[in-house]
Amino acid sequence: MAKVIVYPPTSMILSDLVERMGHKALVVPEAVRKLATSSEIESPPLNVTPEEPKKGLRYAAVDVPSGVRGRMALIGPLVEEAEAAIIVEDPGWLTGCAGCSRTNELVRLLIRTKGVPVLDLRYPDDDAEAREFVKKIKAFLGGLK
Amino acid sequence: MKVTKYVITSSESDILPSDIAMKIYGSKHEVNVKETCFGVMINGEEEVIDALVKEIRSLDPAGIFIKDRGFPPGDPRRCRGRRGGGARPGFYMIESESKMLPMISRALASEGETAPATLQKKRPLDFKRLEAILKEDLS
Repeated sequence: MAKVIVYPPTSMILSDLVERMGHKALVVPEAVRKLATSSEIESPPLNVTPEEPKKGLRYAAVDVPSGVRGRMALIGPLVEEAEAAIIVEDPGWLTGCAGCSRTNELVRLLIRTKGVPVLDLRYPDDDAEAREFVKKIKAFLGGLK
Repeated sequence: MKVTKYVITSSESDILPSDIAMKIYGSKHEVNVKETCFGVMINGEEEVIDALVKEIRSLDPAGIFIKDRGFPPGDPRRCRGRRGGGARPGFYMIESESKMLPMISRALASEGETAPATLQKKRPLDFKRLEAILKEDLS
């Protein structure tokens, strides 16, 4: 079972396909859960402690907007943990955790420079493309340990 | 550790969110269930949820999709009832991807299918064999 980071990191389709094929999908909701449901909430509504901005600073400089650093505090550790990646081209409707274009550029760059196997795809528009989409993901995940 | 997962059905699936909710109510597992317009949210201990997810997926393997959720169901920090209405931030991503689910479902279903067996075309009875049958029956 390999740890596979998916981009967009909040994608339902990608995380489902990865889990369905027996691997672990690294997704943002899991990182959010650790902050949102830990028993000791120090800084509501999320359990953001002084450690979180420090995590973000490992990936982006202090003069980078706080939104990028905040997102990287969640996504950065996932990139470090990843053993493989599936990147789907920006569909133009990313929102929430995945709604910052600069963060998304940085995440894609970090994944590519990490040197793990990467599968590049785009979201399908019709049935033929959807079959190809699923087939490529299945073949890619099948080749992982 | 308690985890929360979305169970989302494809719009072409025969399974309704209420079917999934009833399946969970009828199961032996102790989990919290919240029915939504696109599926259900389930919250419980990780190993229980993992086992339950397998059971739910078996209802329609190609038409049911699972997604992680950070906040528990009805959490006041995300619940729109407490925030004065409007969709919660993560809904837009689910809404956008839900439009693609029927295509992905059909692709997954076709992946599991094998090539249809070629049927042997029926041929007319050989003339000599027909003649022999006639002779046997009429003699």
